[in-house]
Amino acid sequence: MQWTDDHDRFRQAVRGVLDREVQPHVDEWEAAGIFPGHQLFKALGSAGLFGLEYDPADGGQGADHSYTVILGEELGRVGCGGIPMAISVQTDMATPSLARFGTPELKAAYLAPALRGEMVASIAVTEPDAGSDVAGLRTRAVRDGDEWVINGSKLYITNGTQADWLCLLARTSDEGGSRGMSQIVFPTSTPGFSVSRSLKKLGNRSSDTAELSFVDARVPVANTIGEIGQGFRQQMRQFQNERMIAAYSAVGAMTVALEKTAAYLKERKAFGQPLLANQYLQYSLAELSAEVDMLRHYNYACADAYLRGEDTTRFATIAKLKAGRLHRKVADTCLQFHGGAGYMEETWVSRFFRDGRLLSIGGGADEVMLRVMSVLDGFTA
Amino acid sequence: MNVVVCVKQIPDPANPGKLTSETHTIVRDGKLILDDSDAYGVEMALQLVDAAGGGEVTLVSMAPHSETSGLRTALAMGAAKAILVSDDALAGSDALSTAKVLAAAIKRAEPDLVIAATESTDGYTGTTPVQVAEVLGWPSISFAKKVAVADGTVKVDRQTETGYDSVEVSLPALVTVTAGVVEPRYPSFKGIMAAKGKPVEELKVTDLGLEPGQVGAAGARQEVVSVEPAEARKAGEIVVDEGDGYEKIVAFLEQIKVI
Repeated sequence: MQWTDDHDRFRQAVRGVLDREVQPHVDEWEAAGIFPGHQLFKALGSAGLFGLEYDPADGGQGADHSYTVILGEELGRVGCGGIPMAISVQTDMATPSLARFGTPELKAAYLAPALRGEMVASIAVTEPDAGSDVAGLRTRAVRDGDEWVINGSKLYITNGTQADWLCLLARTSDEGGSRGMSQIVFPTSTPGFSVSRSLKKLGNRSSDTAELSFVDARVPVANTIGEIGQGFRQQMRQFQNERMIAAYSAVGAMTVALEKTAAYLKERKAFGQPLLANQYLQYSLAELSAEVDMLRHYNYACADAYLRGEDTTRFATIAKLKAGRLHRKVADTCLQFHGGAGYMEETWVSRFFRDGRLLSIGGGADEVMLRVMSVLDGFTA
Repeated sequence: MNVVVCVKQIPDPANPGKLTSETHTIVRDGKLILDDSDAYGVEMALQLVDAAGGGEVTLVSMAPHSETSGLRTALAMGAAKAILVSDDALAGSDALSTAKVLAAAIKRAEPDLVIAATESTDGYTGTTPVQVAEVLGWPSISFAKKVAVADGTVKVDRQTETGYDSVEVSLPALVTVTAGVVEPRYPSFKGIMAAKGKPVEELKVTDLGLEPGQVGAAGARQEVVSVEPAEARKAGEIVVDEGDGYEKIVAFLEQIKVI
């Protein structure tokens, strides 16, 4: 990865925008259990943070993937997991398929407003009986003339209580398994749609999470993204973007956590000296810092491969797996080194500890990453 | 309406700065960035041009080694073009010789209005902008917290210790703006890419009709004789509240003449 002055300038700009628009409000949004999606996304869309890699003709910025790496790393620095996740849903989870496969009309109606921050988007894949096992999903879209009639439910949907549209994965034929699914742009103003529940979570509290219900909800067949029946394949590709931005963001979050912990250990005195005078603490942080750096550079290798147009399934799988596990290790160490203060909600590290746990679950659990890896590397019998 | 913004490119304040051992001036060998305090002036200028319904914002800067990194940041915000004066003869310039150079460069842009920060974040003399106005023979208003242009005049709310003064002068004029006068925009990716193609005219001292002896160390009338480190901050005083805490705080604030 070759960083230029343009990249530095962009990184400074992203950091400045997030310092202004997100940082001052994080505590308030965490306490409220939701953030003002339309207000924040309008500000971020105006600043050009959405649709970095999309075609300017669709309202994108026309940048290459290296700028997404920067966006991810900077999102990780904002001091909570909820808002980076909410933003990443808009930029790298709900919109990539639409940008890749959507018709010009569909992109004009839903992608461009989302990139301007005028619409909030969600990715609606997980169901009560189908999480990481996407092939098991049951939500059905049955064709009736020029319309899909949709019935079913979706669970753990980020931005779900305030989304204007969903990138919905539904079963559109009886082929079973991973075949016969389609991605559909689903406007949440559609009759028959409702938010069943707003869910309380262990962490990422500033981001709203919902269970959604669909009862005879009708949307035009023209809202189908790409080819009918290709939804699973398209979603698997969209998952790569999700896993990559999650790994980029984790590096930003862990880097700041180690910096903050070191600063605390320099200030905090015990037995007549700063805590960081203890070699055990020094070496522990040094080792974690080394591991974070290895992930950072693995991410860059992944991004380089993506820039070359290669399939990054293996890179994204490994990066996401490592990011989740390393985040847990870093968070546990940082909390431990803060002692009692780290266990208090008022200290940043307790939120860091809670929020990071999702990395090993969302976007495909660690075990799913390992399953993908065992297949890719032939560790199966 | 055409507006010139004086922008300074400074060593990154995030890194510890160094002074030359002989002249006690700041070492500017590395990469320079846009002085944060100038972002307010650039934003103000962009908003004024927008409100006027036409015209453009031109940046004027003086920097060593043909440095344009900070200028590109301001161009990415939306300024149309830049004039950079970069010349070895400028090394060691004091505020007045800097003002002479900037004034000569500003004249070439023929602006209606010049905007500058109240002071730079590295030098902190706070005297260069008003000297620029003096060299140009134009009126100047410092410490603007609100700026509006109409009918050939600029109206300014000028920050004072007790409130603000409403001041009005005819154009062309120079105004220095305080931090916080507007909220500077951050450059987008598109803005950063567009900035790469915007013109930066690089000039030498002689291009401005000045002689090398008038500027730089040769033309400086000020000399930094010595530099001492700032006194370390003393430990704070802990006031124990025994029911009269507020009285102690009021007494302290009176003692330091805050109230």
